[in-house]
Amino acid sequence: MSDTHAQTVAYVRDTMLAESAPPLAEKGAVKWFRENLFSSPVNVLLTIVSLFVLFLVLRLVLPWLTNAVWDANSLSECREILAAKGLGSHDGACLAVIKDRWHQLMFGFYPSHLYWRPVLAFVLFLVAIMPVLFSWVPRQALYLTAAAPFLGYWLVWGGSIWGIVFVALAIVIGYAVFRALEGVNGILATVGAILVPIIYLLYAAGPLAGQVNDILPIGIEAVKSNQLGGFTLAIIIGLAGIVLSLPLGILLALGRQSDLFIIKTFSVIFIEVIRGVPLIVWLFTASLLLNYFLPPGTNFDLVLRVIIMVTLFSAAYIAEVVRGGLAALPTGQYEAADALGLDYPKSMRLIVLPQALKISIPGIVNTFIGLFKDTTLVVFIGLSDPIGFTNLIRANTDWNGIYWELFGFVGLVFFILCFSMGRYSLWLERQLQREHR
Amino acid sequence: MSTLSEPPKASFRLSQLIYDTRYRSLTIQVIASILIALGLAWLINNTIVNLDNLGKDIKFDFLGSQAGYDINQRLIEYDSQDTHARAAIVGILNTLLVAFLGCIAATIIGVTAGVLRLSKNWLISKLMTVYVEGFRNVPLLLWILLIFALMTEGMPQPRDFRGDEPAATMSLGDNVAVTNRGIYIPRIGFNNSIGAEAAEPVSDGEDTPPPGSSGVDWLLVLGVLFASFFGQRYVKQRADGIQEDTGLRPTTWYLRLGILIIPTAIVMFVLGAQVVSPYLKGFNFTEGVHLRNSLIALWFALSLYTGAFIAEIVRSGIMAVSKGQSEAAFALGMRPNWTMNLVILPQALRVIIPPLISQYLNLTKNSSLALAVGYMDVRSTLGGITINQTGRELEGMLLLGLFYLVLSLLISGVMNIYNNSVKLQER
Amino acid sequence: MKHSVLLGAITVAGFTAGAAAADTLGDVQERGTLNCGVTTGLVGFAAPDANGEWEGFDVGVCRAVAAAVLGDASAVNFVTTTGQTRFTALASGEIDMLARNTTWTFSRDTDLAFEFVGINYYDGQGFMIPRELGVSSAKDLDGATVCIQTGTTTELNLADFFRTNNISYEPVPIETNAEAQQQYLAGACDVYTTDASGLAATRASFESPDEHMLLPEIISKEPLGPLVRHGDHEWGDIVRWTLNALIAAEELGVSSANIADLGAAAGENPEVNRLLGTEGELGSYMGLDADWAARAIAAGGNYGELFEKNIGENTPIGLARGLNAQWTDGGLLYSPPFR
Repeated sequence: MSDTHAQTVAYVRDTMLAESAPPLAEKGAVKWFRENLFSSPVNVLLTIVSLFVLFLVLRLVLPWLTNAVWDANSLSECREILAAKGLGSHDGACLAVIKDRWHQLMFGFYPSHLYWRPVLAFVLFLVAIMPVLFSWVPRQALYLTAAAPFLGYWLVWGGSIWGIVFVALAIVIGYAVFRALEGVNGILATVGAILVPIIYLLYAAGPLAGQVNDILPIGIEAVKSNQLGGFTLAIIIGLAGIVLSLPLGILLALGRQSDLFIIKTFSVIFIEVIRGVPLIVWLFTASLLLNYFLPPGTNFDLVLRVIIMVTLFSAAYIAEVVRGGLAALPTGQYEAADALGLDYPKSMRLIVLPQALKISIPGIVNTFIGLFKDTTLVVFIGLSDPIGFTNLIRANTDWNGIYWELFGFVGLVFFILCFSMGRYSLWLERQLQREHR
Repeated sequence: MSTLSEPPKASFRLSQLIYDTRYRSLTIQVIASILIALGLAWLINNTIVNLDNLGKDIKFDFLGSQAGYDINQRLIEYDSQDTHARAAIVGILNTLLVAFLGCIAATIIGVTAGVLRLSKNWLISKLMTVYVEGFRNVPLLLWILLIFALMTEGMPQPRDFRGDEPAATMSLGDNVAVTNRGIYIPRIGFNNSIGAEAAEPVSDGEDTPPPGSSGVDWLLVLGVLFASFFGQRYVKQRADGIQEDTGLRPTTWYLRLGILIIPTAIVMFVLGAQVVSPYLKGFNFTEGVHLRNSLIALWFALSLYTGAFIAEIVRSGIMAVSKGQSEAAFALGMRPNWTMNLVILPQALRVIIPPLISQYLNLTKNSSLALAVGYMDVRSTLGGITINQTGRELEGMLLLGLFYLVLSLLISGVMNIYNNSVKLQER
Repeated sequence: MKHSVLLGAITVAGFTAGAAAADTLGDVQERGTLNCGVTTGLVGFAAPDANGEWEGFDVGVCRAVAAAVLGDASAVNFVTTTGQTRFTALASGEIDMLARNTTWTFSRDTDLAFEFVGINYYDGQGFMIPRELGVSSAKDLDGATVCIQTGTTTELNLADFFRTNNISYEPVPIETNAEAQQQYLAGACDVYTTDASGLAATRASFESPDEHMLLPEIISKEPLGPLVRHGDHEWGDIVRWTLNALIAAEELGVSSANIADLGAAAGENPEVNRLLGTEGELGSYMGLDADWAARAIAAGGNYGELFEKNIGENTPIGLARGLNAQWTDGGLLYSPPFR
């Protein structure tokens, strides 16, 4: 049969046809443009409008940036340089102000020979959160994480090392008390682990630190709170707010989930009151009222008061994030903990919280980004954050009248910091999802 | 024979308070409430002692004393002779105004940007990404300051409108003036106004002042409009009824349109309605409605900032709708915009609304940044100048906090009701 | 050192004792620095330079007090305060004194419970307006848009002025001087009103100052001076007499140039001798040593020197002495005698 077939057909192609080139409209840049920019009349319109907007913005900004003056000592000098080039005073940026004052925008009044300290503290913090986020880091590194807040505080504010050592000791004491009393009674142990360190901090830590320091003075140059400023201040307030608010936030989240009516009500009221009122009102409270609520004669500097208020504020937000984490955990995990016969504190500590907190980490990072941006509000109570410094710099006769350059720079730095943190949070989220699988 | 041992007596031992789960929760709650009460008592006691030391007391009578300062934007009558309480109410109304306008604009911007970000148009989706990331990652305060500065620097000042060859001219047929003090738009005045004083005849050759308007006039007009709205609804319902009974729907659109427009138009005519355009007089434009720069800048900044967040919410909401839904819609032959409006958005809304509520709350709270542009909201009047002039920071902040708290609870309450109404009814 | 360790330890725990207590002098000496409240930046009065060193007319008063009390003009902790936070900062003990062009008014002195120790600048609220508007009197400002700095007495003065003259205006409240300046220059307001010194300082920094003018009306008295808390009279005396020492020094011809010679030994003028502590024990009455005033004057010069260096006619700000000249020159500065 086969040979007959071969004979009936006169011609059989035994090679493939060469591929012909796709039509011009279906390849390369043209195709891309057609599909992505001009696929329909509406899209054509959108594209034209977008191009027009882009053109307007770039026409305004580009010459301004390319004509920028980098070397000048004052705004008037800047304007003279621009005028010498034949440009008006608004045709070129005067970026000399950034060159002259960038260190103040970054570090505030921090002594310039000590700039390494806040930088080191920041790096330390970045290293210290690694063990929390990644399981491949050795578990021993968690001790560094525990020590980081104290070391960071010491690096930024300086002074004798014994102060923070003896304060850090409070945690050790609390843990020791807990272990000692745990055998006797769980609740007693918890109460003791909270009360004893507080009494120790109030009455023993200060004198002890003073005496040890007299014997063995180890310390670095002290820096006062109001020497902090610029982005250093913003980062410190943001970080301190988040780190300090974590324990309180977790407690509030647990309280809100709890079956105990009074505790639940209290947690809900606290969270809703804090979240219902703008941060700026809380900051004014910190600035104007906090001293009223404390025992007569106590007084903090404003930065500490702000940190306290921001801590309470972000605790409410963290509580909601953690609550989300707790809710996302499968009920099976709670039931498994019960089935193992673990009591409430143990089941929370060993089973629920480690998982729930891990789920909450991206949310916590996002809360941090929000808080970090909101630290700009401290300018209204007279702290010298980056925006506050734009005012201070403009109050100097040299730079009086400058505007866009400073705000542009501050905005750019904020954008870089927040954007990278946001990307990091997204990456983390994916990473954590992968670990779950 | 065996004797039954007696069941254990249910006597209450003190140790049960700790070891028995039935009583333990009670114990913990009692301890907690005692601690909370002690803590509160401590705070209150401190406050009393501190106030006493400073020779201050807690009194709210400062609200009744004369404020002494002026407020530029006031939705109700107010001058510097009025009380601090009235100043606070002016501020509250201003806060509500900007929050309301902001929520609406933010929703429009957010939904548009969120949908456009998913557009197939590469350029526009990238532009929207730049917008969203740019606004989300830079502090709101900075945006408010930048937008305010942009508006003051970028728009002409009123004196540019003067002269034979002015540097700037009014737009829309000399009716709208866009200046760096704000936008002046025409208003409606009534020649035969009921409440407003009649225009005084001016003797020496000056133009007669334009007609005024009063609350009564507007109440009348709006009342009639409202009544005709219900009138046309009645017509529609009747048409619906006829359609259900007979299957034939009477044509009613001209009737409804007539009911809606004609009575109002008659009332306006009787009152002698007249469009009053702003015009340059002295230092500023007069007449017309003045939308101040501070309001516009704050409104823009708040809605652009919140809009960026809403865009993200909308985008993730749309992406949460499974692809099968849009494919099914396409299979039914629906156009892309119908698919979006009828299939995807209604489903996405359920995911979108809860985070949207919290964005509205954020916007309302963020409106307290008004003082950066000198917009006189409640924080600037009650929480700012009043506290500063009277030294009553405790009382002032208390009232301020209370106001925001009540407002937040109200908004979340109302929005939650709405959320429950659109929520998927699960069996 | 011992104390600072204690402070370090305790601030972590959250409690610092006792700044609101009555003994401010003791606290300052123990602390080793003076906490002085200043503005968040006002040209010529208080602003930091590129090295973070504060300079200005108000700053000079702070430094003089620090020099008198602590012997070190740089031992000042400058705390920036806004118009809204300044009084609570002082009342709560966060700062020891406030040198932040604050107007001495009845209610601030009595109701808010502060003690104004003197006047370092006699000011008044004025108006600045572009020349091209052709306005020559504040009474012609009917319908004008007016930029004001919020949180100050200027709001009340302005409301009173326009109401009593029966003319209308549109207030634009602005938070800081720098913002107000930007608004005014862009023409978002016709008039900028604040203390005349601030107006002059602001005008001086414009690109073309000649296009703007101050109106002749001064609508209020604004005596600006440093203030302390009620209740600690010893501390109030120290700040008061430090300010007086600066003023008296100018009157008596004592300046930072000749103070080393004059202070070395008793000279011919007995009042100079008493002032500089080469004769008598005036300082001990306040709990200070004999040459407290000499240090205060040496810190930044006498009143006249401070004025000339920071806001005087040779600076870009270019303020004339006017009311702030010595009484011997027809001004209002009149220090009580050092006796």
